[in-house]
Amino acid sequence: MAKSKDNIKQQLEEELKKRKPEKYVLHLYVAGLSPMSQKAIANIKKLCDEHMKGQVELEIQDIYQNPIIAKDGQILAAPTLIKELPPPLRKFVGDMSNTEKLLVGLDLRTKE
Amino acid sequence: MAKSKKFTGSAVSELPKCPTGIQGLDEVTFGGLPKGRPTLICGGPGCGKTLLAMEFLCRGALEYNEPGVFIAFEEREKDLEENFASLGFDLKSLVRRKKLYIDYIYIERSEIEETGEYDLEGLFVRLDSAINSVGAKRVVLDTIEALFSGFSNESILRAELRRLFRWLKDKGVTAIITGEKGEALLTKHGLEEYVADCVIALDHRVNNQIATRRLKIIKYRGSRHGTNEFPFLIGENGISVFPMTSLLLTSNASSVRISSGIRSLDAMLGDKGYYRGSTILVSGSAGSGKTTFGAQFVDSACRNGERALYMAFEESEEQLVRNMKSVGINLKKWVDKGLLEIASNRATLCGLEMHLVMAHKSVKEFKPKVVVIDPITTLTGAGVEGEAKAMMARLLDFLKIEGITVLANDLSLIGDKGEATEIGISSLCDTWIRLTMETQGYRRTRRISILKSRGMKHAHETKDLLITDKGLEIKDIPGVREENT
Repeated sequence: MAKSKDNIKQQLEEELKKRKPEKYVLHLYVAGLSPMSQKAIANIKKLCDEHMKGQVELEIQDIYQNPIIAKDGQILAAPTLIKELPPPLRKFVGDMSNTEKLLVGLDLRTKE
Repeated sequence: MAKSKKFTGSAVSELPKCPTGIQGLDEVTFGGLPKGRPTLICGGPGCGKTLLAMEFLCRGALEYNEPGVFIAFEEREKDLEENFASLGFDLKSLVRRKKLYIDYIYIERSEIEETGEYDLEGLFVRLDSAINSVGAKRVVLDTIEALFSGFSNESILRAELRRLFRWLKDKGVTAIITGEKGEALLTKHGLEEYVADCVIALDHRVNNQIATRRLKIIKYRGSRHGTNEFPFLIGENGISVFPMTSLLLTSNASSVRISSGIRSLDAMLGDKGYYRGSTILVSGSAGSGKTTFGAQFVDSACRNGERALYMAFEESEEQLVRNMKSVGINLKKWVDKGLLEIASNRATLCGLEMHLVMAHKSVKEFKPKVVVIDPITTLTGAGVEGEAKAMMARLLDFLKIEGITVLANDLSLIGDKGEATEIGISSLCDTWIRLTMETQGYRRTRRISILKSRGMKHAHETKDLLITDKGLEIKDIPGVREENT
């Protein structure tokens, strides 16, 4: 019994390790090229480079150009970042200046 | 109607108005909501805010060719469609025909993390594209306060709300914003601060265990408006507001006479009967024949091919039909022919205002020439006495303005209470007939006398009233010689 329990634990840990270098799919919705949009784009790009290099697919969309995506994506605030993958789906609003909150929200760092 | 025209004619330069098409609301606002501006509608849960807002859009789309946008923060499109189908509004078809655009905005606090500064440009973009897609002239935001549950940065929200209302004004759309009633403020989050042009409060109140919905215009900048609380009804055709502004004596006086249905009574009333459009009060103690009196009047009207409405507060339709059959009055015949409508409701079924609204509604729909209220006094049971009198005055006045001849029964509990009827409505009546029971030895006899009858010669002596197989009959009291009147 004890042996199989250890096995499961080991398996889980391995699984988690495998998971870590997972692919992230992030969508950033901005409203035109306002200073706030630019700030958000710069912040999120920096974050991707520093913490998710090579594992992130970042798509930036302008809701002015394509209003229908605002409806489909249930976008209310701008800028909004949506973590499509991995689940669960999460929404971040703001100029992405609070790096700490983002990292926790993207499961890149645990809350202390 | 003529009255309200006179009013608008004298107005200097009023704000342009946007008619809602909701029954009664345009009358109390003197034309509708402020055109091209936002209006706040506030009230507690279940008071009819969403309904009023949606009806505004539907009627706008159907009756005024003004397409609308409904931004729902609380209900999904599908739920809205289902809820409104029961009120006869086919939202699906309106959406298909591009008369209406519904956008459901989903807000879930737990899914949103705030990381720095933001604005609500997403909402603006969605609203803008919605307005453009149908060419909307009317917009509803129901309930925008939901934003406060989704976002925590109140200073950003407030700035954005201010911007939103300015933006709506710039767009030139007539907007309704709904808000949940707050404790100290009109709305939970003080929306009235931003929407300064027109504020309407809805209320659902229980008084003496009887619930009434009421509407009050709290403010309407740049326009006159009724300041009373107006009762309203949510019926199968949506909302109807009952304007109680008809307390002016503007009814036309007709000199046409109408038979009371009792030939011997007509004889007492200058040989011709009542004036058309007059109000007749019949007071008497229990069992003095008031209901028969009313039934006979209705019967006579129907015989002449006129529509009659019998508002029975004590008997059901079947009971009334059966009882009247025993004195030779066949009411069933007229019901079947569609000339008679018997509306029987317990007086305590709902509040006074509701009775008023219901009476208003059936009169507007059925268009009777003759109305019998049997008895008008039971309505006192449905409210506070002071209110009851005012409400009866309104009811009688309304019927008078419509040119309807009304016969109201009044149950005087104590037979010889004198000439002060219970709620003092006698002064509103043109003809007042009193029925009494007199004890003579071991027998009780019914007596009838005419206490007053404005504008006509009438008999002054008391006579015997007999209930026969063929209805009522009036005879001279045996042994009393008729005096000259």
